[in-house]
Amino acid sequence: MNTTNLTTDPLASIRAKLSACIQCGTCTGSCPNDFAMDVTPRYLWRQVLAGETRKIFLSQTFLMCSSCYCCTLRCPRGLPLTEAMSNLKQIGVQLGFTTKTPTALFYRQFLESVRRHGRVHEMEMMSGWFWAVKNPMLPLKFSSLGLKLMSKGKISLLGPSGNRINLSNLFRKVTELENQA
Amino acid sequence: MKYLYYPGCSLDGTAREYNQSTKSLMKGLDVELMELTDWSCCGASAAEFESRLLSLALPARNLAIAETMADDLDLLAPCSACYLNLKKVTETIRTDPAMLSTLNQILAEDGLTLTGRIHVRHLLDILSVDIGAKAIRERVTSPLSGTSIAPYYGCQCLRPYAVFDDPESPTSMNQLIEATGARIHEWDMGAKCCGASHMNTHHQAGMTLVGAILSSARSADAIVTVCPMCQMNLEGYQNSISAQNQTDLQIPILYLPQVLGMAMGISRKALQIDQNLTPAGRIFMKMGSGTIP
Ligand code: SF4
Ligand code: SF4
Repeated sequence: MNTTNLTTDPLASIRAKLSACIQCGTCTGSCPNDFAMDVTPRYLWRQVLAGETRKIFLSQTFLMCSSCYCCTLRCPRGLPLTEAMSNLKQIGVQLGFTTKTPTALFYRQFLESVRRHGRVHEMEMMSGWFWAVKNPMLPLKFSSLGLKLMSKGKISLLGPSGNRINLSNLFRKVTELENQA
Repeated sequence: MKYLYYPGCSLDGTAREYNQSTKSLMKGLDVELMELTDWSCCGASAAEFESRLLSLALPARNLAIAETMADDLDLLAPCSACYLNLKKVTETIRTDPAMLSTLNQILAEDGLTLTGRIHVRHLLDILSVDIGAKAIRERVTSPLSGTSIAPYYGCQCLRPYAVFDDPESPTSMNQLIEATGARIHEWDMGAKCCGASHMNTHHQAGMTLVGAILSSARSADAIVTVCPMCQMNLEGYQNSISAQNQTDLQIPILYLPQVLGMAMGISRKALQIDQNLTPAGRIFMKMGSGTIP
């Protein structure tokens, strides 16, 4: 994982992208997930501009962004809002704010599977995730779907078809270059 | 016609019927597909959650492989997430040469180079623009007359890059579906988000979003998708969503090439209709009660 220098403001680059925000609320009005967010997108951008790092990462708002690009399309100032949401997700992981959340654990398992096999191995990824989250109720949400998929032979115990492609070199180089930056 | 072909992980596993039906449809349209050798995952939504550079490097590897295979062929991606991830690389390096050289530093580890000359195209783009409704209509032998189909586009084939359709009020599927003899179910949910990976990571939010989509398709005979994640979200949880909404929201969810293929008389087996999680019997029963428009 990236070790970001904490003496620099982690939000600086996002703030630079959003400085033209006029707080009109179009982003909130366009967001399909606003019902599930504790802070609206418009308010989140205000927090970013005000540098309220702690509050931002305590809230769930950026984790609830499903990258639908509606806000980006409609923002009257043409701001790259979906990209800014992604940047918050990335900073959340890099600074360790979110690493223990089920969402971050899910993506970690996914990428680990991709690094090892080149393609995602669904069975390995889901069981790794259930194990990492340590919530015995979690697998139940997926058991009926999982059984359906298995009965159709869509989830294989053996993993993806084709040659195994080890992407460790690619992952290592990415980390190396990120740490230099 | 000939394209490079990137199926992606979903089409290799849980969405294998999308892979098979795309191949069968293309064969029926005399279009040749050349699958990328040793393709790897595009990063899905996982890479972007952790690292922007990784989210560009994973698809870049596949684009670099594509460049070794052809000079003048477009790359067809049926999965909207793969399409957007691949497309994001070509769009990014066009205006950011520093990123191109960073990506090449990464790819050099595996002896690959990227120039960015390959055009990435979504399946719906190729079907609606290159092939067109007329070519489909000419090949229809088992019209879907009497059925009503709801076109569902989702997000990533439309946004943020508006390449072949209106990003908020898309219509590119209408002519293709009408060419089969089916009617279009008029609704305003075609470009609404299904929640993407919320079904995994924020389950209840995903259930709410999909519930709204299924509810407004109630009078249709099927919903048609062009993305394996949308497909899984719309078909995988219909029982529990119906229970939560206290109404029967069961409806067949089909991939676009399955629907076009059905009308063109391609066998159910070649389209793998039985691999879908929602039974499609309802639409077959209604078929053939009218004529091709
Ligand atoms: S739509 Fe754009 S300008 Fe308006 S509040 Fe949102 S980010 Fe700011
Ligand atoms: S991209 Fe994210 S924040 Fe923007 S409207 Fe979509 S879900 Fe909401």
